[in-house]
Amino acid sequence: MAESTTLTPEVTTEAPAERLEVLKIRERFPDAILEVNTFRGDTRITVRRELIVDILTLLRDDPDLQYNFFSECMGVDYLNPQTEEYILGKTHRFEVVYNLYSLPDSRTGRGKNTRIFIKVGVPEEDPIVPTVTGVYPGAEFPEREIWDMFGIRFEGHPDLRRILMPDDWIGHPQRKDYPLGGERVQFPEGKYGPSIGERMVQHPGESFFGKTASEIEETG
Amino acid sequence: MAIDSSQLNTPSVAAQGVQIDPIDESTMVINMGPQHPSTHGVLRLVLELEGETIVKCTPHIGYVHTGIEKEGEYQTYMKAVTITDRMDYLSAHINNLAYSLSVEKLLGVEPPPRGQYLRVVLSEIQRIASHLVWLGTHALDIGAMTVFFYCFREREKLLDLTEMMSGVRMMPSWIVPGGLRGDAPEGWFERCKAVMDEFPYRIDEYETLLDQNPIWRERTQGIGIITAEECFALGVSGPTLRGCGVPHDIRKAVPYSSFDHFQFEIPVGEYGDVYDRYRVRMAEMRQSREIIKQAIEKMPDGPINVDDRKIVPPPRHELDSSMEAVIHHFKLWTEGFHPPVGEAYVPVESPKGELGFYIVSDGSAYPWRMHERPPCFMNLQALPRMCVGRLIADVVAIIGSIDIVLGEIDR
Repeated sequence: MAESTTLTPEVTTEAPAERLEVLKIRERFPDAILEVNTFRGDTRITVRRELIVDILTLLRDDPDLQYNFFSECMGVDYLNPQTEEYILGKTHRFEVVYNLYSLPDSRTGRGKNTRIFIKVGVPEEDPIVPTVTGVYPGAEFPEREIWDMFGIRFEGHPDLRRILMPDDWIGHPQRKDYPLGGERVQFPEGKYGPSIGERMVQHPGESFFGKTASEIEETG
Repeated sequence: MAIDSSQLNTPSVAAQGVQIDPIDESTMVINMGPQHPSTHGVLRLVLELEGETIVKCTPHIGYVHTGIEKEGEYQTYMKAVTITDRMDYLSAHINNLAYSLSVEKLLGVEPPPRGQYLRVVLSEIQRIASHLVWLGTHALDIGAMTVFFYCFREREKLLDLTEMMSGVRMMPSWIVPGGLRGDAPEGWFERCKAVMDEFPYRIDEYETLLDQNPIWRERTQGIGIITAEECFALGVSGPTLRGCGVPHDIRKAVPYSSFDHFQFEIPVGEYGDVYDRYRVRMAEMRQSREIIKQAIEKMPDGPINVDDRKIVPPPRHELDSSMEAVIHHFKLWTEGFHPPVGEAYVPVESPKGELGFYIVSDGSAYPWRMHERPPCFMNLQALPRMCVGRLIADVVAIIGSIDIVLGEIDR
């Protein structure tokens, strides 16, 4: 029964011939593309981390692409906290996904009405990505959110502070090894916040996945 | 119906840019919020002032952060619908729709026509309701109290429609992956039609109160100007972008849920100021009404849900007679369905702008990552640019005009 409820996967990793973006990036930066993935009509291009600013600049300024609208960027953590391995065969723990849109503006005739997802892999031991706020100023808030939630630093960001959690919060809550639920109310100076170093304990049959972190002073 | 801006909106001389010379070189920092009646929730702004002119504006958010994205990773796809309502609590149907579309894209299914049309009707009702709250509170901030009462009177009629269908006024979770939880009850369409027939006169009423009101126009015209280029770079979408004259609407550009079956126009502004954004939203309410009327007229018969018992639970009456239905029901509510490994993002046009859920599936019954692209979060980035050089009183008007919901920004 469990097998029959799983639907057939339709992931195809095909030769990246049809998307113009891939050709353009490959032409300009021959070894920048690590992977191209197409799923249900959306193309996701994984590129080298150090080239992300150049690639987004290319996508924005190329007259055939015109990715003028910065939709968002977001982080994903691929660590499976139970097995301490990365899922889906990833070689890096985190990914930052840039969601760009070529917004059609009928007044100026610019914009192609296409959407592209650019990804960069971020290893756990060196969680730094160059900021793209110089290309798209709108990346300021999302990059702060990724820093806050995943602990990925953005090099050159004008104001990299926590954005949703309190400034003195310990840990990065969207990481998979950060426990969910059962947290004690945080009192000033970050004394009783949940710590990140704790191993999760799964309680079967409950949606409660973690345990309370009260020994923060001992774990540091 | 495009707005004839030439007649309505000529920035007045007083609003062209108020220059107040500072008394000395030093600036003053004041704190606005998080508890402030005009911040529409708990938004805190740190304003650096020179006299009464704003030199710098820094928004501080996160006061109602509840970890909804984290929580979503621990719910099955079906159960996570209920927490999407709580993000933008003024447009719950549209949040449900955006989430459901992303999950359906992962699954590779599409609801039948009647389900899609019902979704259109519900989301447009929600758009009007959301705009009414915006109009009422925005006008209240600027001092026009009467509008608030009228807007909430109309909004209640729209929420009654939601309640009649789902039993809940504000958090219906009625649109779910695979379709809707149920069809419209008897008499619902007639009641909806009656509300919609009356609605244009109500909008006329609000416009009578505001359009030619000199105080309203002085407070809104030429205030909070932003250019289309800045909007593009900042990721600002929705009525704020259209107020700059860019005729972009995701319902037209990337039609979802049969929106391409309906005739409607994209209202645009011209100057990108608070008044233009007001005009755009007023016109949008009329357009939404047109869409609802068309959808009810053309409403097809037939099922509303995807015909796949692995995704949509069987109807209640089947549980009495069919063992297979019981198994499906049990499996769906205890285990849930398993979309294939992949990622999906479907943008929809929410009352605030481009809304979409980026869902990463690892093949299990739980979303590995459920991220919302919050339009208000991105639109808020435009606030400092709109405020600099204006007066404190203008900040109140500008916050109202970008229509933020802090529940969505903080999630």
